[in-house]
Order: sequence, then C-alpha cells, then structure tokens
Amino acid sequence: MSRLKVRKTYKLWIGGAFVRSESGRHDESDGFNYPRASRKDVRDAVAAARKAAKPWADRTAYNRGQILYRAAEALESRAGTMGVPREEVDASVDVLLHYAGWTDKIQPVLGGINPVAAPFLSFSLPEPTGVVGIVAPDAPPLLGLIAELSPALAGGNVCVAVLSENHPLPALDLAEALGVSDVPAGVVNLLSGRRRELATALGAHRDLNAILDAAGDAELSAELDRLAAETIKRVRHGEAARTYEDATSNALNRLETVTELKTAWHPVGA
Amino acid sequence: MSIETRTSIVWDYAPAPESTDHIRLRDRYGIFENGEFREPRDGRYVPTINPATEEPLAEVAYGGPDDVAAAVQSARAAYPKWAALKDLERAKYLFRIARLIQERSRELAVVETLDGGKPLRESRDVDIPLAAAHFFHYAGWADKLRYGVNAREVSPLGVVGQIVPWNFPLLMAAWKLAPALACGNVAILKPAETTPLTALLLAEICQEAELPPGVVTILPGDGGTGATLVRAPGIDKVAFTGSTAVGRDIQAALAGTSTHLTLELGGKSANIVFEDAALDQAIEGIVNGIFFNQGHVCCAGSRLLIQESVRDEVIAKLWPRMGRLRVGDPMDKNTDVGAINSAEQLERIEVLVAAGEEEGATRRTIECELPERGYWFAPTLFTDVSPAHRIAIEEIFGPVVSVLTFRTQAEAIEKANNSRYGLAAGIWTDKGSKAFEVAGALQAGVVWQNTYNHFDPTAAFGGYKDSGFGREGGPAGLRPYLNIVR
Repeated sequence: MSRLKVRKTYKLWIGGAFVRSESGRHDESDGFNYPRASRKDVRDAVAAARKAAKPWADRTAYNRGQILYRAAEALESRAGTMGVPREEVDASVDVLLHYAGWTDKIQPVLGGINPVAAPFLSFSLPEPTGVVGIVAPDAPPLLGLIAELSPALAGGNVCVAVLSENHPLPALDLAEALGVSDVPAGVVNLLSGRRRELATALGAHRDLNAILDAAGDAELSAELDRLAAETIKRVRHGEAARTYEDATSNALNRLETVTELKTAWHPVGA
Repeated sequence: MSIETRTSIVWDYAPAPESTDHIRLRDRYGIFENGEFREPRDGRYVPTINPATEEPLAEVAYGGPDDVAAAVQSARAAYPKWAALKDLERAKYLFRIARLIQERSRELAVVETLDGGKPLRESRDVDIPLAAAHFFHYAGWADKLRYGVNAREVSPLGVVGQIVPWNFPLLMAAWKLAPALACGNVAILKPAETTPLTALLLAEICQEAELPPGVVTILPGDGGTGATLVRAPGIDKVAFTGSTAVGRDIQAALAGTSTHLTLELGGKSANIVFEDAALDQAIEGIVNGIFFNQGHVCCAGSRLLIQESVRDEVIAKLWPRMGRLRVGDPMDKNTDVGAINSAEQLERIEVLVAAGEEEGATRRTIECELPERGYWFAPTLFTDVSPAHRIAIEEIFGPVVSVLTFRTQAEAIEKANNSRYGLAAGIWTDKGSKAFEVAGALQAGVVWQNTYNHFDPTAAFGGYKDSGFGREGGPAGLRPYLNIVR
C-alpha cells in the first residue's frame, strides 16, 4: 500500500519556539510554503533575544564552547537532510567547531593586563556586545549564515538573523538542529522573508547592538549604515563566506566586531 | 523547639560506597604502542594494587629499554603525517577524546580512585571533568596556534617524552598530552608506577577516537623506564611532573643535548592568613589547601602562615574543623581524606612527621578510626614550627600542615619566599590592594587569593625556583610544545 508523505510546515524560530509569522503571510520555495516574517516578527525576535542575552553571556566560556560543539554534532548528524551540497554542510560543521574552540580563547587573545605606570592592576577584558542582527547572504544559504552566527555566539552574543531570501529552507532546517543542541531559547532567532523589509526593521531597532551584513547588497548596506548611526550600532559588512577559510581566516575581525573591551583598574598596595 | 535541642541531634553518615559493577578491568595491560596493546619485550608484568585494600587490581607491563626504543621508533614514524594533518582535523581528534572522557567519566573516576586511593568525590568532581576540559580547551587551540603565541609561523617539536606522577594520574596525562598533540607533536607518555590504569584506559579511548597509530604511546613502567625514555635518542622534548630530585636528574641528563625540557616539580607552598581575612572562609581554604587529595598535591598549602593577632583564633577554628574530616574508604562518596597512595609514600610522611616531633614542634593528629588494611595517615597539624624545622622546609606530600606565624606584611612575604620552592601560594585578606601587592611580591607560579587549589585549562600553572620551569594551561601551555619559526 502506498503511503502519503507527511509534509513539513516551515516556521520561523523565535525565542526557542517554531512559530508562524504573526502576519500570516507566506512565500514559496522548492515546493514548500514558508513564512514571510513581518516587522512585528523582527520586534518579537529582538525582544526574545534580549531576554536570552544575559543568561547566555553569564555562562562560562567553556559551557558555551560545549554547546557550540554540540550544535556541530547535531548538524553533522543531519548532513544528508539540509538541502544543500554535502560540502557546504561539512564546511558549516567545521566553522561551528572552529568557533566552539574560540569561546575560551577570546579573552586571552583580545584582552590583557595593562602595564600602567602607576601602582595599579589594570586589565582589559572583552565582553559580548549583546544582541546582534545578521543579514545573511542569499548563497550559500547555510554556510553564509553559519559564518556570521558562529563568531557572534562564541563571543557570548545572541542573534536575530534574516535568512537567505531565495533559498531560506536550509537555514530553517538549521533551527531544528540548533533546537536539539542545548542552545538556549532565544539565543538564536531565525526569520525568513523579504530581506530589505526585515533588514531595515532590524537595523532600525533601538535595542540591537550590532549588525553583521553579508548580503552583498550595496544599497541595503548604505541604508543599514544610516540606520545604525541612530543608536551607534557596531556594523560589519562582509562578503558571503563560500568556504571554511572565508569564514575563519578573519576570525579575529569577526570576533572584535561583536565584542566590547572593558578596562578595570585596581589599586596595588596602600 | 529551641536551637540548642535542634543542634544537639547527631546526624551520622551512613556508608555510601560507589558501585564498581560496570567497571571491567583486564587482567593484564600491556604497552600501548603503534595503536595497539602489546606484550612488553622482556615479558615483565607487575601488579598494580588498590592502596585502600592492598588488593591487586591488574597486572601492568613494565617497559624496558627495548620497549622504549620501539616506542620512539613508532612515534617517529607517525610524526610526519600527524604534524602535516590539517589543523582542524587534529582538533577533531582531541574533541573526540574530550567527549569520550566525558562519556566514560564514571568508569574513569572509579578506576582512578581504586588505583590511587583518592576520594571518589574528588576523582568524580575534579580529576575527570578537568581532564576532559583540558582536551576540549587544547582541541580549540589546535587550529589557532599562531593566535596563542603571537607568531606568524609555528612548527611542532617532534616526539615528546612525558612522565606524569601518581597524584592526579589521568589529569596530569591530559595536561601533558592535550597541548602536545594540539601543537602537532606525537607523544610517549609514561604513567606513574603506582597508578597506571587510567592512562591505559586513555589508550583505549585513543583507539576509540581512531587516533592514528603511534601518535600516542602509553608506556607504563617505573623510574627506570622513565630514565631510559628521557635519554632515548629520537626524543625532541621531555616534559616531567614529579619530584625535584628526579627533575634535577633529568635536567642534568639532558645537559649538552638540544632536547627541550619543561619541569613541574615539588613545592612547599605558603598559605598566608592576614588578620583582616574572612576567617571562616579562610578555614575552609586552609582545609582544602592541605587535605585535598590527602595532601598529595605539589601546590598544597603545606606552610600555613598566620598573622600573630589571629593565630589563636584560627587554630581554635581549624582544629575542630579538621576533626570533622571523614577519613577512610575512598570509594565512599562522603570521604574527605582517602588512602595514602603507596607504602613508600606513607613511610616518607611518617619519617618527616617524626622529624617534626623530634625537632620540637607540637603535633596534633585527629582521632579517627582507620581501616585495618591499606595505607592511611590521619590529618595532622603542627604548631610551634620554626622556619628551620624540616617540616617547614621539605615537601611532605601528605595530610600534614605546618603552622608558622608573622607580624607584618613584609615578614609574611619574607617567610613565604624563604623556600627553595616556588610553586604556589594563598593569600587570605579582604583588602584587594593588599592582596595584589603581596601577590606581586611572592615568588610563586600560582597565587590564589581567598581561594586555594583552583585549576582551569585556561590558566597557566607552573613554578618558580626549584619548583621547575615551563607552564601548563592556557596559551602559555602551547609554548613548550612549539617552535616559533617567525
């Protein structure tokens, strides 16, 4: 007897829940409907991210590394189901692994003790900047997102990402992998839909600390710069990562964008 | 009900022994060479015993000169491929090992306690999790070496010979192997003669992780095996953790060669209590500093320096606290102080404690019931100790603390530094500016403020002076295993 296949309903991932767009709108890709998120969904996602930001930042670097490693494991085990070439999944897993190893290296590499000319112990320590918006490139749809997401998470930030506009399903599938890998609810929020609509809403959001733009749309980039200026957001424009090397060779630059440096002074003696 | 009535109820501990049901030890362990266990070439096996019962646990091979030569040969053969492996792939092997240690944590903890005598609570909560964390940390460095040492180009050293002590057998193996492998070296590790089992389980883990043959060799044996290993042609670097006497021998043996060397040796660390310290917190730190792992800790806070004004108060709090330590079966989850690692070590402790009494210090040892078999030494406190007494100078490596006093901060620093050793120190004060000033003046590789015996894979550990040179942990732990090309 033939068996009718159960189709997957693609949903947004906000605050750890799989939800439809509050707007009820949809688009279609590869024979599946998927939600076309709205500006309200962007606001919901930023609110969920903000709620998750402090607990995530307060975890030990070791614990965050373990969780990113777990995410790599979960993604590897779904390699055949991601709807992208195997090489892209492999590279994505490797990028996650690379940044899983960064969580407890950021502080020794970016921070340090300052040899100040007075009897003080002065040290500068990197801290997460907070809620990071990501505008993912159209292609590669999975690796292009992972390359932006991984360093932000490794640095202790939480993310709201606008996914590939013309090929969003792999990233929506990624939500299922992340959802089973101890990534706490709200730490990653994924929105499918029209890039310009969502990215500008994200860029204009006053409770966002940084924006990583890898969409390669010059006009949008300029608009994001203008929007960022309103609340002094940190902005990084980069090209879409197409290989593991693209995503990792400039790791320090990627990490610095999502990092604040705090210098503390403490008297020594007297 | 009045408070008095409530506190007068005595809540005694029921026995809470850990089960050994799922532990499957082999009758015999050979040498782990070229990815497989093999018989020692001269056929020599020696039983390893449980120091809490004196019962044998398994027979373990003793590597002889031919085994050392073969180990070096297989390591040399494995080196070029391992060193040339893409760095992220090397990282993946180390991540696998970290994961396997986590997966097999219960087994490793139980075997560590059976073989070494340390309380299960410690092997379960400290040794094994830290060993996994160490592999995890250095896995993450494998593809970031240049960031770690601020270099544009680095290269591994080659074949490293590593010798670890019996006090933290698996943890010390992790401290040695993880950075060595992350940097692209291959390693020959010699576990201690009395505690080889968890290193041999780690060999099984290397197999499970599909680590290429020859990248890790586990070569059990005694001091003779170690002495042969460090002198073997084809060894590019030696890393040793153990006594200062053996460390000195190794340094002398390598004189005139180009073999790299790092040494992590003994200590007689000062734990300094100032009058402005939170004393109850300090008491817990003193107890943890000296009675953790029966005092078999190279950085143990074995010289307790107390400011005179609070000396009586500290002793008045410390002594009854010591009386509440539970000494006995290491497999009992409530045990605080387990078995002394070996008959030999017990004798060393007894000799030094006797010297303390002969030289005029006042000895107090807690009263407790000790098991009939096995090696035991009850927690002991010496007061009226002078800086010239042997118990103030020599490393006892047992649950024995020597109390000295000081009047001023300058005197505390001078007394703390009045040692050939310089591994660690503790400072107890609620004044941060004072703590940092004292920390800066101490000749010690690790200084803990208002805590003691804290370890982390990200934090460098190692000594000044006769406590050795080289650091383990964090980016500093990469340097001993790398050439900085430019």
